[in-house]
Amino acid sequence: MTSVPQFTFSPAALSFDEDFAAARRKSRLSWIIGLIIFAVLFALTSWMSDFFKYTQMTMSDGSRQWGWVIPAGIPRLGEFIVKMIPDLHWATLGADIANWFWRLDIWLWLLLETILIAFMATVIGVTGALILSFPAARNLSPRPWLLWITRRYLEICRTVPDLVWALIFVYCFSVGPLAGVLAIAIHTTGALGKLYSEAIENIDMRPLDGVKAAGGSWFDQCRFAALPQVMPNVLSYTLLRFEINVRSSSIIGYVGAGGLGQEFRVAMSFQEYTDLSALFVITCATVMTIDWLSGILRHRVIGMERT
Amino acid sequence: MRMEQQPLILTSLTRRFGETCAVDGVSLTIAPGQFVGVIGRSGAGKSTLLRLINRLIDPSEGRITHGEIEVTKLKGFALRQWRRDCAMIFQQFNLVERLDVLTNVLVGRLAGHGPLDSLLMRFTDAERTIAISALDRLDLASQALQRAGTLSGGQQQRVAIARALVQEPKIMLADEPIASLDPGNATRVMDALRSINRDDGLTVLVNLHTLDTARSYCDRIVAMRAGRVMFDGTPRQMTDDVVRDIYGAEGLAEFNESVTSTAAAPARPRVPA
Repeated sequence: MTSVPQFTFSPAALSFDEDFAAARRKSRLSWIIGLIIFAVLFALTSWMSDFFKYTQMTMSDGSRQWGWVIPAGIPRLGEFIVKMIPDLHWATLGADIANWFWRLDIWLWLLLETILIAFMATVIGVTGALILSFPAARNLSPRPWLLWITRRYLEICRTVPDLVWALIFVYCFSVGPLAGVLAIAIHTTGALGKLYSEAIENIDMRPLDGVKAAGGSWFDQCRFAALPQVMPNVLSYTLLRFEINVRSSSIIGYVGAGGLGQEFRVAMSFQEYTDLSALFVITCATVMTIDWLSGILRHRVIGMERT
Repeated sequence: MRMEQQPLILTSLTRRFGETCAVDGVSLTIAPGQFVGVIGRSGAGKSTLLRLINRLIDPSEGRITHGEIEVTKLKGFALRQWRRDCAMIFQQFNLVERLDVLTNVLVGRLAGHGPLDSLLMRFTDAERTIAISALDRLDLASQALQRAGTLSGGQQQRVAIARALVQEPKIMLADEPIASLDPGNATRVMDALRSINRDDGLTVLVNLHTLDTARSYCDRIVAMRAGRVMFDGTPRQMTDDVVRDIYGAEGLAEFNESVTSTAAAPARPRVPA
């Protein structure tokens, strides 16, 4: 006969059963509520975005038919890709590629412009973000009203999309890369200012006391005690932002703010699909190269931190 | 140099944090060149007192004067000058670990520089010479270009003392400078403070947790309890009864001073318990 082990429970241990059951009930309830909210949001968005739209469409042979938009539209994606594939033959490959990239001299020039827009915008944006991130950090801001103003300013900078900034600046400074630089720079200031100030809010405050007790001003405390602590984060965020800015500047020309984007617009409006694919190849290759290089640099920065 | 001869006078100095009164009506006159130890339980207001003197925090009531200077009324540039004249070292050293030792020491010269120098971390050759000689005095000249974070606790505290020295201060405040150190390093740090006091003639005000250290290094001991000064006298006058009173060890049959000790063999034989 096996003996059943006898436990004597303290009142605290006995009440565990109840507490456990209550915790389970609570967790189940929050799951159910979460699922309902998700389902409602999903239904709402799919209705608004015509995800399940069933409608009458013109088919390629000219007839009208009822159908669900998604399966009807997917073959069109194939058509688009086929249109973009250039006419390449093995025998005349060199000439065909030259024909495909027929505007290469202009495109390369615009590509350079794209990268320079991103570079310049990153430089200006980082400068603005660094200056504003100290008053925008809760632990360092010298005055509450300054904290409020810098935070609101950074919010405005980053919540307005860079394409909208570009539209505004094209109106102010006419078509060209200047509008693109300013648009991306402002967006960068807003986005990086938030990231920098959050890094500053996580620093160790004791070195700041050390600098202050030695007679250092607020600026001295920021420069000598705060900045060295956030420098690795600042470098890493900045490189990441440069990658993002190259992507932004390659499309910002669509609204006339300089760079390759204007060629996308021209190719789209003239329905030059092989030009589009050539531009995609150039842009992808550039963005990938820059991502790769800045990734190496970023890991160097992180690696330096570990030693 | 005239200022060196001036006493530091605290008059009913009070600091409240919400409901609690960290420092409660403290009046003290500290003669120039004295080595004063401040003792008391954790939370007795020792740190707050030192921070008030350096003006890292502002008093709720009362005043501090140093000669003709009304310390509690200083603002802006004059306040920074006061902080430079009244150097402070901390329990956790408060160095910038990611900067090299030399730059950490040069922070002590910042009060004389404008923002542009500060932005570029620009100092004069003369200042670097002062910094290196201060480091050399504390046996750290060979570590000058190392990152401060790579040094041991005892070395970091000596870097902090070097930073305080290059401020060319009149008064040296030390907030539990040896509480995070092992006995050997604690002794080196206390000996450095003693040398600053005796050889350079600086007034030293040091918060201590360890009674035997206070007895062996200080000319005068000020004991605090609940923000008030409970005892003010020479180490000799601090009897066991006084110690029990300060630490509230009434219930303990025997209060053993050596338990609180972190310093290595004291320089002077302890008064037998």
